[in-house]
Amino acid sequence: MHIVVCIKQVPDSAQIRVHPVTNTIMRQGVPTIINPYDLFALEAALQLRDKFGGEVTVLTMGPPSAEDSLRRALTYGADRAVLLTDRFFAGADTLATTYALATAIRKISETFGAPDIVFTGKQTIDGDTAQVGPGIAKRLGLLQLTYVAKINEVDPVARTIEAERRSEGGVQVLKTKLPCLVTMLEATNEIRRGAMADALRAARAQIVTWSAKDAGVEDISKCGLKGSPTIVKRVFAPSARAEKATIVDFANRPPAEALIEELFKRQPKLEAELISSAHGF
Amino acid sequence: MSEPTKAPPAAAGRAATKKELPEHFKAYKHVWVFIEQERGQVHPVSWELMGAGRKLADKLKVDLAAVVIGPPGEAVQHAAAESFCYGADLAYIVADEVLGDYRNEAYTKALTDTVNTFKPEILLLGATTLGRDLAGSVATTLLTGLTADCTELDVDADGSLAATRPTFGGSLLCTIYTLNYRPQMATVRPRVMPMPDRVEKPATRIIEHKLGLVEEDIVTKVLSFIPDRDSAKSNLAYADVVVAGGLGLGSPENFQLVKGLAAVLGAEFGCSRPLVQKGWVTSDRQIGQTGKTIRPKLYIAAGISGAIQHRVGVEGADLIVAINTDKNAPIFDFAHVGIVTDAIRLLPALTEAFRARLSPHSRDRIAS
Repeated sequence: MHIVVCIKQVPDSAQIRVHPVTNTIMRQGVPTIINPYDLFALEAALQLRDKFGGEVTVLTMGPPSAEDSLRRALTYGADRAVLLTDRFFAGADTLATTYALATAIRKISETFGAPDIVFTGKQTIDGDTAQVGPGIAKRLGLLQLTYVAKINEVDPVARTIEAERRSEGGVQVLKTKLPCLVTMLEATNEIRRGAMADALRAARAQIVTWSAKDAGVEDISKCGLKGSPTIVKRVFAPSARAEKATIVDFANRPPAEALIEELFKRQPKLEAELISSAHGF
Repeated sequence: MSEPTKAPPAAAGRAATKKELPEHFKAYKHVWVFIEQERGQVHPVSWELMGAGRKLADKLKVDLAAVVIGPPGEAVQHAAAESFCYGADLAYIVADEVLGDYRNEAYTKALTDTVNTFKPEILLLGATTLGRDLAGSVATTLLTGLTADCTELDVDADGSLAATRPTFGGSLLCTIYTLNYRPQMATVRPRVMPMPDRVEKPATRIIEHKLGLVEEDIVTKVLSFIPDRDSAKSNLAYADVVVAGGLGLGSPENFQLVKGLAAVLGAEFGCSRPLVQKGWVTSDRQIGQTGKTIRPKLYIAAGISGAIQHRVGVEGADLIVAINTDKNAPIFDFAHVGIVTDAIRLLPALTEAFRARLSPHSRDRIAS
């Protein structure tokens, strides 16, 4: 079984700072991590490989420094890492990203064997769109299972997969054919601690590095900023509300009393509403 | 319906990236909202989007259309009829046996075919698990732009959709355009847009579109649907009163104080993103850009600093109360009432004070 896992190297969002004057992101010194959602995809892929044999190839598109995340994925036990890096990919929106990744997956297919399953995380923590997984599936003509909470069964002989998909108000149990694309939901598994042997292998491993041309991109105008139908026109910080928050002064009385008084003074109907809410009327 | 007005001369600078819309896209007109219905229920986000879509259509002086996709029968007809009460000028229906349960293949074909036939300029979908699954596939099939999780939609002077969303993990906002492709697609999370008033209206123009698929064409089969147990469901997004806690609480044990106040107020409890990442609270309780958007009458935020990604999830609340030790915390920029004190000390006192004020005895006092 050959499984491809798409991962993304993202800034650790907890440590992003915005420049107070220019409103630009201060990237310097912000550590990068594998998009946390992708780790659930990677672990699901590794579990299937452990069960059925075969290989897990991790793929990322990004700057040369994204190699760090690929090596990290190898320490968890992935077998092969492919880095897609080229200045032509810079500034890609989700449509241009899916073009590049789908092209690279075709190349992986020719070079290392056709994947049975392509995994992605549910979404990334920097873009938060959840659009890239479905986009790759559409471009490769793969069936897609998104928001997968659990893979119940994979039958490599009958070429089928059965999975539980999170939907509004419940779980859909779906059965489809391989090859397919799966986006994994968070908290569905826990990434393993890599074995020492994998850590040693990861440190020495050759990362397969492809430019747009190497990956077989035929139309460079479909990549990066040029290939992106969406344009970011404006980036800005939200303004504070015109009216400042009333800060409750509690110098002479218990703060809880002072706060409640202020609330009921501001919204006279609130007390009655809260009473009915509290007693379920 | 107005004819497309001629684009004004392009402004200098970044706005100059706008080229003349390619000829084959000029026929694309009108604003569409995908009406999400499953098992006979329309997701409320669809009506919220009708409210937003109505404003865009009025500005553009075009029609607002609802697109209903599902199995033949009462539910789909009813959803289409209902869309007129939420502002639709017309409704498209794609009804077919293969559209019984949501499946990506069938729904993607249904929506892309309808778009290719009737050519809308704007297509809005709810950012639910269904809407996001579908929107990504449809946009890629149509090779057009899609902006996810918008918090604000507007049309600019030359009629382009200006879609604003948080970016960089929610630390800034950005406005995104799809200038030279059609339709311009966007998704919006539930509760981000206010629910418009329902006004009784007759269903006037309904256009049925045939799908032309048979069950054998569709590979994916739905084996079963397991509804969530009621006890597991949180009504957070639609609650009237919400109490939430953040990192300022210091420990998972202290989060119990939030639950305690919520219980006394008959409120739902929630939290900011870091608490989910730390594993203190489950992700279905997360409030903010990547969690739930809420519009309660009263929102109490305890020990939450108020990052943008949290702010966009709570700004629709009528009354926002912030409890924080840091008087410079960004939450005081958008709260209505603030109190600068330690939430860990205030919450127990607040719970007791509310308990006393809201006892059935006080209810009699108010009624009399």
